Formats: sequence, structure tokens, C-alpha cells
Amino acid sequence: MTGIALVLGAVLGFASIKFKVEGDPLVEKIDAILPQTQCGQCGFPGCRPYATAIADGEAEINQCPPGGEEGIRKLADLLGREFKPLSEEHGVEKPKSVAVIDEATCIGCTLCIQACPVDAIVGAAKQLHTIVAAECTGCELCLAPCPVDCITMEAITETVDTWKWRYPVVEIKAA
Amino acid sequence: MLRKLFKFHGGVKPQTNKTQSTTEPIASVPLPDRLVIPLHQAVGGHPRPLVQPGDHVLKGQRIGGADGNLSSAVHASTSGIVRDVAQAVMPHTSGLTTLSVIIEPDGEDRWCELEKVNYRSTPPDELRDFLRDAGVVGLGGAVFPSYAKLKPGKEGKLKTLVINGAECEPFITCDDMLMRERASDMLKGIVAMRYMLQAEEVLIGIEDNKPEAVASVQAAIKASGETGIEAVAIPTRYPAGGAKQLIRVLTGIEVPHGRRSTDFGVQCFNVGTAYSIFEALEHGRPLISRLVTVAGNVTAPRNYEVLIGTPMDHLVRLAGPRPDTDRYIMGGPMMGVRMPGFDVPVVKATNCVLVGSAAMFPAPPPEMPCIRCGECAKACPANLAPFEMYWFSRSKNFGKAQEYHLFDCIECGCCSFVCPSHIPLVDYFRFSKSEIWSREREKESADGARDRFEFKNFRQEREKQEKAEKLAAKAAATREKVATEGAGAPAAADGEAAPKPKPSGDDAKRALIEAAMEKARQQKAQVAPKNTDHLAPDVAADIAAIDARRNAAPAKSADTPDA
Repeated sequence: MTGIALVLGAVLGFASIKFKVEGDPLVEKIDAILPQTQCGQCGFPGCRPYATAIADGEAEINQCPPGGEEGIRKLADLLGREFKPLSEEHGVEKPKSVAVIDEATCIGCTLCIQACPVDAIVGAAKQLHTIVAAECTGCELCLAPCPVDCITMEAITETVDTWKWRYPVVEIKAA
Repeated sequence: MLRKLFKFHGGVKPQTNKTQSTTEPIASVPLPDRLVIPLHQAVGGHPRPLVQPGDHVLKGQRIGGADGNLSSAVHASTSGIVRDVAQAVMPHTSGLTTLSVIIEPDGEDRWCELEKVNYRSTPPDELRDFLRDAGVVGLGGAVFPSYAKLKPGKEGKLKTLVINGAECEPFITCDDMLMRERASDMLKGIVAMRYMLQAEEVLIGIEDNKPEAVASVQAAIKASGETGIEAVAIPTRYPAGGAKQLIRVLTGIEVPHGRRSTDFGVQCFNVGTAYSIFEALEHGRPLISRLVTVAGNVTAPRNYEVLIGTPMDHLVRLAGPRPDTDRYIMGGPMMGVRMPGFDVPVVKATNCVLVGSAAMFPAPPPEMPCIRCGECAKACPANLAPFEMYWFSRSKNFGKAQEYHLFDCIECGCCSFVCPSHIPLVDYFRFSKSEIWSREREKESADGARDRFEFKNFRQEREKQEKAEKLAAKAAATREKVATEGAGAPAAADGEAAPKPKPSGDDAKRALIEAAMEKARQQKAQVAPKNTDHLAPDVAADIAAIDARRNAAPAKSADTPDA
């Protein structure tokens, strides 16, 4: 009996070293659900810190406005928690948008470049800045630092490439 | 000798309605007042505009250049003046706009200089570039750039080249009329394609409800003396004209999930594509017109040779639409899509303008619950289980829908056609597909944002570290310099004091500060303004007066930080 216990103990001990999990898989899973806008509206400096906080039970799952209701539902599913409506203090769900710099007003101060969490703004000191629309996550972090308020958010319009077929509407009464 | 044919699973037999539009030969269309040519007409990247408003263009002149890996050029359909390069409503269910070139014809219809190509003496890569710039795309409906398909594959040759003249969709007869009237030219295009693909044999599949077309193509083959090309009449059964279904019928090969027909040595092209390849190679004419069937709620259904960009209502007027017309459908009744308006242009994908009315295509009866009868699975030519995919699409469980191979659905409409509960199954599948694509796009951009965010953090850390290292190195260098100077100077000035091997902490700091101040003094002296050195005495006096005033005034701006 003692022999078996020792052998099994050794096997378990070996396994725990051999198959040690790098990082926290739960954080990875949560991070995959989060929209990666890196906007900080949740109160954490980026999506991964928020994911870590959720995994540690330090944050609620309803603090991410860009993820919206769908994101909260997915998190609730993953973590086995109750669904909660989006917390109002963290903001409201908005349509996806991109930042646009008004070229006539931009003074080339580079403050927005420093604020952009995903390096989506191109420019240099005293040169006109511009936003790479394809990389912009719509986090709005560049709005506040701009000293001349030349950045506006524009909702993304549908193009033929992003157009989606609508959910079939069932007509109860034939028209 | 009779060829052994195979059967594909499922399929339906809707009323064909083809005889009405085949009584008259192909007609031409008078020039419209304006042509709206969308730049994005084919699968792949958006071509970039090559003309500006006000330019005069000639027929066949390139107005949109192929952009990116998979893209196809666009040409002016007639000579005239470019009125605008602007967003215009495109022939798409969404009613969205796309960048289009609007041409006002000058009535001359003058061709630009055309360049012919001998396909036998041109290297294959150049030939493909030529076809890309000639805007040749698949005219069967998918509008996939043909040059990308004209590659013989890894083995350098193909076993079978399948030419699709099945035209299984009801009402549409443009391929039928093409084969009847232009079989020999089409055959020349097929011979060129066969050469490019190094195909052993060519099979032209034509549904047996088009005996005239079969006879015409067979006569053309006989007249040309080509061997290894065969026109095969296949049983009429919708959707025999689907690429995978036609390949199955003619060769017996079933292309499995996730594979391509080229993996099995088979490639498939539409007869219209073959004809446009002939036009491009033999005459140098790019794809600027195509055959379009106008059928449905019109008094004289017929086929027309239509310039790309012609407004659909201009075309339909020739066929005499009945007064109760309320919609145009691009394509046939099974797979066609309703147009957002009557003035949308004919594009390369337009094989048919089906004119409809409420009486002709009444609204479908209300959707009833699925009773799991399995009729849709019996009818599905792709061997799918539409009722399963329907459950999951309806409940937006897209992962599960994909597990049932949603993306193998060709949207032929057989399942909706046979459904006793009148469920618009294809609408659900289209919804699911576009929802999945959009999610994938979102996921991709989120992953990109995550990588960029992590890289930015990494870069900021690295810059901080580099800065700290640089500062430390500089400080160490200065300290060393001061130490050596400090060690030498006191010894020379004061012989009594013992030479210090190492300055103490305080002394070192003071010495550093002094060194820095000395450096600043030197720099200041260097950058002192030089333009006041050699001046006339009166100017010098003025400057002196101004300096005096400035010194007298309180130093207000002293605490303003540097910009």
C-alpha cells in the first residue's frame, strides 16, 4: 500500500512539473472574448489587465462597453456567472467607429500618437498626423489629449464587403 | 459512342421557362444616355480608377486597374466623356453604393487601339497578365477572375477541362443562344484555354433541353477538326450547372469538402467565359459587353448583347415590360437577387434580368415550423443536411452550423423549393454565412489590435531601458573625466595636498555640476546671435535702446515653459 502511494505520489509530482501550465489559461480565454480596443473604460490599463482582474475575481464581467451585451453573455457563459446588464458607470455601448483627424486644424503636437494604444496614428513633430483607419480600434483615447480638438469619431458605415444578410423576418400575415 | 454519365445527389426540376426567350436571335442595344460602370465587379480587390471627370475615353480603354493579388481590370464600354467618378448604387441586394465611372457616350463608339496576342507564342505568365488586364472574369455568375484559374496546377497539366453550358436556372438562355450563334468562336476560346491548361480532354456539358445548342457545338467541333473535345448532352436537372455538380455528372468525380476540383485534375469554365477569352485573344477586345437574357414579365423575352454599365431599365424597355412590373431580379428565380432599383447597371455578373411582378412571383406563404421531413436533405445537391443547419442558423449557433459544413452550401435554393413548410432556408444560410464572416473579420482585427498593443508596450519598455542605459553610460563617462581632471588640477595648484585617488561623493557631485555648467556656458557662447556683430552705429544704438527697455520691463515670460 505504501509502495503504491509512493509510486503514485512520484508520478503525480513528476506530472505536475512536466505538464506545468504556462500562464493562466483562463486569462487567455477571457482575453480572447474581450474586443481588444485597449480603451481602458473598464478601469484597467488594457484588455489583458481586465481579463486578469476578472479571472482573479477582482472585477465584474459587465465593465466593457465596446464588448457590449454579447461580450458579457460570452463571459457569463465562460465563467458560469449570472448575466448582468452593462454597468453604467463604465460607459454605454456605441456603434463601432474610427477616429478622424481634421487636417486643417492639426498642429502636429504628437500627443495623440503617444496616447494611441495600438500605434494607429502616423506622424511626427510639427507634421500632419493621420489615422490608419484599418488599425484604429475606436477607443477614443486620442480625443482627450488633443490640444486643438481636431479629432472626431466617425461611425463605420457599411460597405459591400462588410454588408450582412439580415435575419429572415417571418411574416405572420401575407401582405 | 455514348459517354457514361453520372448522377449528382438531389436536385429539383422546376419549370424551365426557357422557350420564350429563344425564339429571336441575339439583339443589340442602342447606346443609353449614360453608362454607370462600377469598378468593383469581380471577386477580389477593388480596381483603382485610372480616369478623371472630364477625360475623353475610347471604347475598350482601361478605366479601372487591377489592384492586388486577385483583381481584374475594368474598361470603358463605349467612347465618350467621363462625367464623374463617384459612388453609385450597385446591382446588389443591399442597395449600397460603390465607386463607379459614369460615362456619357459620344455616339461614335470608337475603339481604342487593340492589341492582339498569340497565345501559343506568349509565355503563360504574360498571357495571364494580359487576360487580367482584359478584365476577363467568369461569366457563369461567380465573376471569379479567369486568369487565376488558368493555371495548370502542380503537375503542369490537367486531365479534364469542363466547359459549363448546362445553364440549369429557369428563364436564363444567354448561354444557349451563345452556343447556337457563336459556337465556332467560343470553340476557339476553348482551344486556347485547353492549351493554357494543357488539358487532355475537354467536355462541354449542355443540358438536354437545348438540342439546338448541342447540335451547333457538335457541328463546330467537327468543322474545326479538333480532337479530344466533346459536347455532351446531360440530363436536365437543377442545379446541373453548379461547377461541382457538372463535374460529377461528366467525370464521376465528387469533389469532397475542403478540396478543389484542380486537386483531381479538373477545372471548370463557363461558355461565356470561353467566348470572352476568344474576343480578348483574337481581337484584343476586353470584356466590355455580355449576353443578357431579359425574361419574365415582358411581352417579348429575348437575349441582348449589352454593354457593361447599361442601366437595366434601358435594357428592359426594349423587351416591353408589362405595366404591373414591380421588381427586377438579377439572375434567375432560384438564385437571383432582387435589385434595389430599376436603374442599376448591368455588370459582368448579370446573366439575366428577370422582370417580376407581384402576380408572377407572389410573396411566399408564411413560414411554418420545420417538421423534420428531410425533403431538403433529399434535394440538397451538396449532400448537406439543410434542416440541421437551419436549426443552428435560426438560433444563431453559428459554430454548430459550421460543423454541418454550412460553407459547402452553394445557395442553389433546392431546399427552399421543396420545403413543405415554406421556410426560406437559403435566407437563413446566407444570414449565417455573412454573420460568420463578419465575426472572423472582427476576430482578426482584435488579434491585430492585441499584437500592436503588446508591441507598443514592449517598445515603450525597451525605449525606457535604452534611455536609462544611455544616461548611465554618459554619467559614468563624465564622472571619469572629472575624476581624471580633478586628480590632476589640485596636485598642480597645491603641492602640499596629497593627491586624491578618488573624489568623495560630494566632491564628485559638485565636480559634475561644474562640468555641466561649463559645458552649458560653452554651448551658450556658441549659439549666441552673430547677426549683431557687424552693424552700422545707428542700428547698434537702436538695439541698445531696445535692450534697455526690455531689461526695464518686468520679466513676464520668464516662467513660460518651452514649447
